[in-house]
Amino acid sequence: MTIFKGRPIIPGNVKGQAVVSKKGFNTLASFQKSIIMRARKAICSDQDNTDLYKKVLTDKVLCIPQTIGSTTGGLVILTISKMNIGPRAILFSEKIDSLAAAGIILTDVWLNKRIVTVDSLGKDFLESIKEGSEVEIKEDGTVIIE
Amino acid sequence: MRLEKDEIEMLEGKRGPLWQKIIKSVVMYGEAFGAEKLVPLDGAPHFVTSFGASMIKPYFEILDEIIQNGIKTFKPFTVDPRPFDPQNINYSFLEKILFNFIYGKQEKCEEQLKKLGLLDDKAFTCTCYLDEVGNIPKKGQYLAWSESSAVVYANSVIGARTNRNSAGIDVLCNVLGKAPYFGFLTDEGRKASWLVELKVSKVPNPQLLGSAIGLKVIEDVPYIVGLSELIGNELTKEVKDYLKDMGAAAASNGAVGLYHVEGLTPEAKEYGKSLLKENYRVYVIDDDELQKIYNSYPVLWKNKEAKPVACFIGCPHASLNQIHWWYENLTARLKKQKLSIPVYICAAPDVIDTFKKEIKTFEALNSMGVKLTSICPLMYMNNPLCAKKPIITNSNKLRTYSTARFYTDEELLDILTKIE
Repeated sequence: MTIFKGRPIIPGNVKGQAVVSKKGFNTLASFQKSIIMRARKAICSDQDNTDLYKKVLTDKVLCIPQTIGSTTGGLVILTISKMNIGPRAILFSEKIDSLAAAGIILTDVWLNKRIVTVDSLGKDFLESIKEGSEVEIKEDGTVIIE
Repeated sequence: MRLEKDEIEMLEGKRGPLWQKIIKSVVMYGEAFGAEKLVPLDGAPHFVTSFGASMIKPYFEILDEIIQNGIKTFKPFTVDPRPFDPQNINYSFLEKILFNFIYGKQEKCEEQLKKLGLLDDKAFTCTCYLDEVGNIPKKGQYLAWSESSAVVYANSVIGARTNRNSAGIDVLCNVLGKAPYFGFLTDEGRKASWLVELKVSKVPNPQLLGSAIGLKVIEDVPYIVGLSELIGNELTKEVKDYLKDMGAAAASNGAVGLYHVEGLTPEAKEYGKSLLKENYRVYVIDDDELQKIYNSYPVLWKNKEAKPVACFIGCPHASLNQIHWWYENLTARLKKQKLSIPVYICAAPDVIDTFKKEIKTFEALNSMGVKLTSICPLMYMNNPLCAKKPIITNSNKLRTYSTARFYTDEELLDILTKIE
C-alpha cells in the first residue's frame, strides 16, 4: 500500500480503478469521439496518447500530470459529466490547470455532480501508480494505492 | 479569497440563486489557483465557443439560464468563427448532411450569443484583435478571454492580461465583469521561466518556431532572444502576423499563454531580462532543431502519397496583409492558369469585407481558385468525413488538431502552382 497526500479541489471519499497517462491529457482529443458518437462509455480517442488510446475512461480514476489542448476542455468535462460517461475521480500529479479546473467546477456548481479531484500529488505519484491499480481517495486529499 | 461586501452577499444568495452560482463558480476557480481577490475586467470579452453543436447541451443550458434572467456580458463580445460556410466551401452531399447534423443548433446558438451581448453579426473570428475587427484591448487591461491563440496574442503582443480560460468559465467571468486575480493577471505570473535563445541562419518559419517552443516549455512563459535581430524591433503589420502565427503554434503544441520577445514585445521592451525568474532554464534553437521539429510531424493520411484535394490557409484567421501576401506570391508564380487544387483562405468577416473593396484584386484571387471564407478550418476538419481527405495547410495549429498535412509557405506555393 502506498499513500500520497495532495490538495483536494473537489473533495470526496471514493474508490476506483486507475487509468494512467504519464503525459498531458488532451481533454478534447480524448473525449471528442465518444461525445460525437453519443457513446455510453467514454473510450479515449486521442491517438497521440499511447498510454490511454482506446482505453475506457468512464467511471475510472484518471491519473494525469495536467490537461492540455483546446480551451474548450472545461466544456468537454461538463458535457461528459452530463452524459454520465466521465471519470469517477481525477488525480493530478502537478497543480491543476485552468481548463480542467473550470470543467470540474462547472460540473459541481451547474450540474450538481462531483468529480472528486485532488492535485499536487507529486511526480512520484505518477511513477507509482499503475493502470488497473485500486485507488482509494479520502476527503482530505489522501490517496491510497492498494 | 478576500471578497468585497457585495461579492459576499452575492455568494450568500442575496441577489438570487443564479448570481450565486455565477460567483460561486468564479470564486472556486480563483481559489484553485490561490487568487487573493476578484478584479474588475476592463477589456471586451472574446469567447471560444461559437458552434451550435447539440452535443454541448449543458453549456447551452447555462447560457439559457443566464439569458432568461436578462443578464448580459459586461461589454459586447466577439467569438470564434462559425463552423459552416456552404456559400464559399465546396461540401459534398454527405458532408452537407453531416454538418447540418453536427451543427444543427447553430441558429439557436447564434440567437443565444446575440442575447448574451454579441458585438454584431460579423464578430465571428479567432483574430478579434485585428484593426478591421476592433476588439483590441489595451496594454495592462484585465481580460477573461478563452481561445488559446487570442489569449497568447493579447498577453504577448498587446501586453493585456488574461488567463487561458476555458469555455464556460469565460462567460461567467464576463457576465460578472470580474476575474480572479492569479496567473497572467499578476506581475509575478508574467515572469519567464525559460530563456529561449535563437541561433539560426535565417528568419525561422513562425509555425515551426512556435511549435518548438510549445513542445519544450509546455505551459511556461518563455523569454525569447535573437528574434528581434531577425524580424525587427517594431510591431509592424508583418511582425504582428509573424507573432500571431508563432504564438498560435506555441499554444497548440504546448499550452503557452504568454511569451516575451527581447527588444520587441511591450513588456520585454520595458523590463528586459528582469522578466526572467531566478533559476530559469535555457533552450537553444538552431536550424537543426527546427528541421527536427518539421521532420517529427506525422503524416496522418491513409495514403501518404495521396494528391491533396484542398488547401486551408488562415488558422488562426489570416490578416489583410497575409491575404495580400498570398495574392501577390500566387500571382507572381501562376501567370494565367488556375491553382492545382482549391485554396481556402480563412479570415475574419470584417477583413474579407475590407479586402473585397479592392474589387479587381478580389476578382483576380477568385478566378485563380482561391475562396475567402470565415469558417474555422478546425471545425471543418473535425469530423469522420473530412478527416479522411488529404488536406494541406501552412498552419501548425490545424495540423495539430486534425489530419491536415503541414507545409511551409514556400512549399505550398510550389504545390499550388504546379500545374499537371
